[in-house]
Amino acid sequence: MAILKYAIYRFGTMILTLWVVSILIFAIINLPPGDYLSNQIAELRASGQTSGVAKVEFLRKEYALDRSLTAQYLIWVGFIPGPQGFSGLIQGNFGWSFEFDRPVAEIVGDSLWLTVLVNLAAVLFVYLVALPLGVLAAAKSKTWVDYSAAFVGYLGLATPNFLLALIMFYYGHKYFDLPIGGLMDPSFEGEPMSLDKVKSILVHLIVPTFVIGTSGAAAMMQRLRANLLDELGKPYVETAIAKGMSPPRMLAKYPLRMAFNPFVADIGNLLPSMISGSVLVSVVLGLQTIGPTLLTALKTQDQFLAGFVLMFVALLTLFGTMISDVMLMLLDPRIQYEGREK
Amino acid sequence: MTQLPDGRFVDDEPFDPNANVQTLDRADLDAPNLVLVWRKFKKHRLGLISGIFLLFCYVMLPFVGFIAPYTANERNSEYLYAPPQSIHYYHEGEFVGPFVYPTVSEANLKTFQWEFVEDTTRPMPLKFFCEAGTYNLAGLIPTNRHLFCAPEGATVFLWGSDRLGRGVFSRILYGAQLSLTVGLIGISVSFFLGISLGSMAGYFGGRIDWTINRVIEVLRSLPELPLWLALSAAVPSNWGPVSVFFIISVILGILDWPGLARSVRAKFLSLREEEYVRAAEMMGASSSRVIRKHLLPNFMSHLIASATLSIPAMILGETALSFLGLGLRAPAVSWGVMLNDAQNLTSVEIYPWIAIPMLPIIIIVLAFNFLGDGLRDSLDPYSD
Repeated sequence: MAILKYAIYRFGTMILTLWVVSILIFAIINLPPGDYLSNQIAELRASGQTSGVAKVEFLRKEYALDRSLTAQYLIWVGFIPGPQGFSGLIQGNFGWSFEFDRPVAEIVGDSLWLTVLVNLAAVLFVYLVALPLGVLAAAKSKTWVDYSAAFVGYLGLATPNFLLALIMFYYGHKYFDLPIGGLMDPSFEGEPMSLDKVKSILVHLIVPTFVIGTSGAAAMMQRLRANLLDELGKPYVETAIAKGMSPPRMLAKYPLRMAFNPFVADIGNLLPSMISGSVLVSVVLGLQTIGPTLLTALKTQDQFLAGFVLMFVALLTLFGTMISDVMLMLLDPRIQYEGREK
Repeated sequence: MTQLPDGRFVDDEPFDPNANVQTLDRADLDAPNLVLVWRKFKKHRLGLISGIFLLFCYVMLPFVGFIAPYTANERNSEYLYAPPQSIHYYHEGEFVGPFVYPTVSEANLKTFQWEFVEDTTRPMPLKFFCEAGTYNLAGLIPTNRHLFCAPEGATVFLWGSDRLGRGVFSRILYGAQLSLTVGLIGISVSFFLGISLGSMAGYFGGRIDWTINRVIEVLRSLPELPLWLALSAAVPSNWGPVSVFFIISVILGILDWPGLARSVRAKFLSLREEEYVRAAEMMGASSSRVIRKHLLPNFMSHLIASATLSIPAMILGETALSFLGLGLRAPAVSWGVMLNDAQNLTSVEIYPWIAIPMLPIIIIVLAFNFLGDGLRDSLDPYSD
């Protein structure tokens, strides 16, 4: 029961955070002077096409861009009725993209799922790589295994994501014949799901997963190693060895379980940077996630599109963090979360 | 030593009942804290080397114009995408001193590329302390003296040239000026915000603490890069390179402070109950004096170590922003701006040397990481 209560509490705080984030994002999006439409009006006036101005003025009214910023925000989220009644983010209307002249929902479409997929794969990669390497580095500390793992880890932390992407892009294609660019073979785009399409997506996922996950895996590995080393110095480990347990069994049975908590909890800290990384890497590798969309939207001041993508990225991060918190409690019943007292 | 009549031996030294108290437990702790930290840091070989290397890099920054053979935006229209040249010393088995072979560019009409052919019959010695493009030494003194430059009729592109015929080596040196200082300015902003907000939250507690804590939580839970992108997209396009540079550094710092503020707050929470804080308050010291004079010095060194560890994130952030075209802009030279050219995979494949700026980035980031680790390990000289 406690777990359910905690999950509900955690969900509530997430919603509250999301609300604060929406204000922040709206403020940032509206930082540049003017908006897409008023820029367009100025452009039309400058080129003498006054006939177009009326239409754009109409659009401005239609999207409430002539109202005050506070009103614009409330309409955008859906707290107060706009020109089309209540239709904001809460009601599932994500707005209109002026640049593409289509609804935002239609533009982002599939790319939302692909974004989730790419990040999920990266998280899995982080665990799959960091767990064995971290344990190995701790068990064989101060040997060449440890040092080479540390070296690879440092290199992973120091190489900027997008450079790694470029390098992998190039060598992956040259030597391993990995497909470059995109998340699936172009022939599958817009096709219904099929076994071949899944296979194509999986093959295309290899490089992005590796690139996005590397720095996270390196950080995670170092932390696991440090935690495990702390545990290995404790008396119960000595007892277990004295009892005659084989080292691998001993390792898996006692210290690893102790060192495991931070391992799960850390994914919450890691997620923001990984999602950041996925945005950047998607731009470099041309993945059909929301990364490239965000970049174009920001460059052209397409505010509803940019706002929605930023909100989605924030939601993804907050949701991931929430899941990791709840999982941590499932994993270790000793942890008791109380609503923090003031 | 005297022998008593009953045959026992007695020490002649006068007996000092305090001897036990006066001997030091740890004889190695015989110097001020700073010296002890330095002693311990010296043993961290990698950290020490990284520190010296970084110091060297930063000291070099005002003089890059002197070291670089070309100026940052000097174009050489006859040598577009020239490959790296090496400096030779021996010509046909004879020592000539440092020289280069002049290169001639020829158009290859099959691949439509310029091909550069070295003329190995004519060694042309490099000139030293010579006059070439004008630059400002340390940003102030205009001069045209360079450490070395190309002999007349030849070029010295140590790391090749880019699509406009500008020397990559020289541009990397100039780029270091912006790429390395961006981290320092960013960290100052983040340091200022983190320390003032964190100490306010920890010292005053109550509602201020609650508010600041929520802000920290919200900012920490958001992915940085999209917000950086959004903020830098808001920088007006008509601003000059210097203002863009400053605003980008501030943007990088503005999202980095929560981590620092959190650790400052935690430290303050535990320290504010100490007696010496009470004493200072009773003597009428103002809050700001207690914070500045009594509390902050306790863990300043710790803060410096964690700042060292977050500088690389800012350097990488600037690189990423400029790479995507939302950071520093063209007349300014930074490593990210240079890598912007390397976005195109085809040109990297044909002219791999335009991707060279990634090497200094990796090296600097690694150096900062090692230095930060070394500092962190040696901050507590009293532990074993």
